[in-house]
Amino acid sequence: MSIRIERRLSQPRWLSVAVPVCSLVVAFLLIAIVLLATGHDPLETYKDLFEAAFTAEGALSQTLVGATPLLFTGLAAAAAFRMNLFNIGGEGQLYFGAIGSSAAGLLLAGQSAPVLIAAMMIAGIATGAAWALIPGFLRAYLSTNEIITSLMLNYVAGLFLTYLIFDSSSYWRDTTSPSAAVFPVGKELPDAASWPTFGSSIVVPFGFLVGIVAAIGLWALYSRTRFGFEVQVMSDSPRAARYSGMRTRRKILAVMGLSGGLAGLGGASQVGDFLHTLDADPNGLRAYGYGYTGIVVAALARYNPFAVVLVAFLIGGLQNAGISLQGPDFPSGLVGVMQGMILFTTLGGELFVRYRVRIGRSHRGARPAEAAAEATR
Amino acid sequence: MEPTAQSQTVAPAGLRARPAIACRRITKRFPGVVANDRVDFEALEGEVHALLGENGAGKSTLSNIFTGLYRADEGELEVNGTPVAFDTPRDGIEAGIGMVHQHFRLVEPFTVAENVMLGDTSDLGRSFRLHPRAIEERVAELGERYGMAVDPRARIWQLSVGEQQRVEILKALYREARILILDEPTAVLTPQEATDLFGTLRAMADDGRTVIFISHKLHEVMAVSDRVTVLRDGRSVATVDTSASTRESLAALMVGRELNTYARPDDGREIGELLLEVDGLTAAGDRGTDAVHDVTLSVHAGEILGIAGVSGNGQRELAEAVTGLRPLTGGQIRVAGKAVHAGDPRAAIKAGVAHVPEDRLHTGVAPSLSISSNVVLKSYREDENSVGPFLRFRHIRDWAVELIRRYDVKAPGPSASARQLSGGNLQKVVLAREFSGHPRVLVIAAPTRGLDVGAIETVHAHLRDAAAAGVAILLISEDLDELMTLSDRIAVMYEGRIVGEVAAAHAVVEEIGLMMAGGGER
Repeated sequence: MSIRIERRLSQPRWLSVAVPVCSLVVAFLLIAIVLLATGHDPLETYKDLFEAAFTAEGALSQTLVGATPLLFTGLAAAAAFRMNLFNIGGEGQLYFGAIGSSAAGLLLAGQSAPVLIAAMMIAGIATGAAWALIPGFLRAYLSTNEIITSLMLNYVAGLFLTYLIFDSSSYWRDTTSPSAAVFPVGKELPDAASWPTFGSSIVVPFGFLVGIVAAIGLWALYSRTRFGFEVQVMSDSPRAARYSGMRTRRKILAVMGLSGGLAGLGGASQVGDFLHTLDADPNGLRAYGYGYTGIVVAALARYNPFAVVLVAFLIGGLQNAGISLQGPDFPSGLVGVMQGMILFTTLGGELFVRYRVRIGRSHRGARPAEAAAEATR
Repeated sequence: MEPTAQSQTVAPAGLRARPAIACRRITKRFPGVVANDRVDFEALEGEVHALLGENGAGKSTLSNIFTGLYRADEGELEVNGTPVAFDTPRDGIEAGIGMVHQHFRLVEPFTVAENVMLGDTSDLGRSFRLHPRAIEERVAELGERYGMAVDPRARIWQLSVGEQQRVEILKALYREARILILDEPTAVLTPQEATDLFGTLRAMADDGRTVIFISHKLHEVMAVSDRVTVLRDGRSVATVDTSASTRESLAALMVGRELNTYARPDDGREIGELLLEVDGLTAAGDRGTDAVHDVTLSVHAGEILGIAGVSGNGQRELAEAVTGLRPLTGGQIRVAGKAVHAGDPRAAIKAGVAHVPEDRLHTGVAPSLSISSNVVLKSYREDENSVGPFLRFRHIRDWAVELIRRYDVKAPGPSASARQLSGGNLQKVVLAREFSGHPRVLVIAAPTRGLDVGAIETVHAHLRDAAAAGVAILLISEDLDELMTLSDRIAVMYEGRIVGEVAAAHAVVEEIGLMMAGGGER
């Protein structure tokens, strides 16, 4: 007997729905084992989980708060990964978006809310994009691996953020208020720089709506425009792209800029929607790893912008529920195990979309797609 | 070249021979197609057995069944008289069957020796420690012995297609296969090299090995084989002794009709103004050293200039330099008298230089994208295909449907991916796109490699039509027959230089072959 993994010749459409659903079922079965072993009733826990994420009073609002940054970093990762450009730097680009947008909010104090909000969004996009262009330039002109450079720059960005608030008297740092003398904090942004919310029973942050618009824009850009066409060709065969006269280096810069801009907009949304200051607290903005979770969001969404919205919402719910579930008899480690298990099975399940497993005596050898295509001549 | 090569043919293998590999009523189905339909085949020990047929006749599928890559749906396979059922290619290798594929199975970033080492099940290959020196020596020795010199430490991506094929042959030789299957091995060799290879194959057969030689080239089959099995539409049509056959009789078996091959028609093309001037062109290769030295060429409207040469002598680099894919280190390119900004594919396209690259599947098209997308690969920016930043998908689709009809591309539809197409249909898509850009100059490399007889005729007809319409064509090919049939003049490239040029009407194959091998005079 043998187990063999083969590449699928074709990927039926139903698989892309069935596989994630089955993965989730498997995850909940595995979690049930862990829960039983630790003396919890799985069904009860799942009920609590679902309530905390979606149905309890104010749960959906909290879920949207968690989903908003993931929506942006998910779109940022999807935008770059579509062209096989692995921008792992969403985290740092988000910090820089926060730095840029908070500067805009502070500098333009006294302006009307629409002006302030627009300026913060533009500044967030610009600074996030600028930070992403560093690995972009290195990749386009020196063929440096953007995975390494963008990842490393996350740490640089994190340290720079710390420096601005903790280790310098920068423009962003609050040096006047009494509390700031005890623990360094950033300046509060003017009230007019707070982004609005919509709805009463379910509070929808302005940033989440901006994210949905960005998702629609990204979809239109990638599936309807010349730019999107060039990205498709580049991702499939860079040689064919160059052969057809596409400006491949510029395209790398543009896509890195786009990706960084989306992450930067996520940083602006953090400042405008929730923080209202430049937050460098090690337990604050830097603690959540939105940039990294965004990569998972993009992968689960198979780089589809609309799916990113949905997945960001679900992962946001999961994180929100995790926080609510924690208590004396439900340690946070267990919450982490649950979240990890779900990510593990859903990402692992992706294998079954592209490959199939044959057990027992196979009637066919591994068939490279090319050989099969040749045989059908 | 036929007379010299034919003189090497030895009488059919003697009476002592017993079947080394045999199959009966092999059937293999793929979704929507029966690739092999009750095929009978038998190759004896000590014989060179040709498997002749057009592309799509089922030769590759049958050889993949022999090597264990596929498993037949029905039928029996015997090796040395014993029934076998191969589950994996490893089973085939262990049974002593070696295969030189048409599409190379090489790891590009690895060296030649490292590729040989892969999957080596001998003592040396199985040991925990690697023995690169020993393998390098062995590879060099084998290469020298069979006249296939290749640097064992060179990395695959640095090698030309022809050199890569030598590595494939060396790989099989290194494993000392008893039954060696070669899938169109001569496509990239000069006539002299092909003759040398035939000598090698003959020597292997004389050692008692079995050589299965897959080809659709009649003169090769005539030159090298003892017996021929002809496949047509997945069926084995006949097995005949080569000595009792003629090219015409084999062709009739293969295509089911008579062919008029290799006659250069006097199509009375008019040679017009000077369109392409290449002046002192020098360009670096992938390894950084000069691959093209001081090449000067000119092609007029309506003229086809053929570039002959063994692959790896700078032809690919020349084509890339002329079409802007490779920067120049010296010289100039002028189209219709105007200098073209070098090293910029878009500038070349704007100047009217069309390009059909050697590597159709990964350079000529984006393989996973649709035919629609691929037909507008160069024209998507133009007004007719886009409104503002948006593409006019319906218009592009209609255009693809029109080109599919006009060029008779066999495809499920415009949204089928380029990868799904056969070599001939893929080439039609590339040609359709390039000609629809109304080029003044066409640079075309290895236009018919791997295509079947019917597709070759079509491609040749398109090239003649384009020349008749006033396009200046630079035709780079390793197939001398093709160059002789199509070109007005033939220039020979050797080690990056043009070593000679002859008018095709007065060309002698042997003379060109000699120049290709570096033995010519300026």
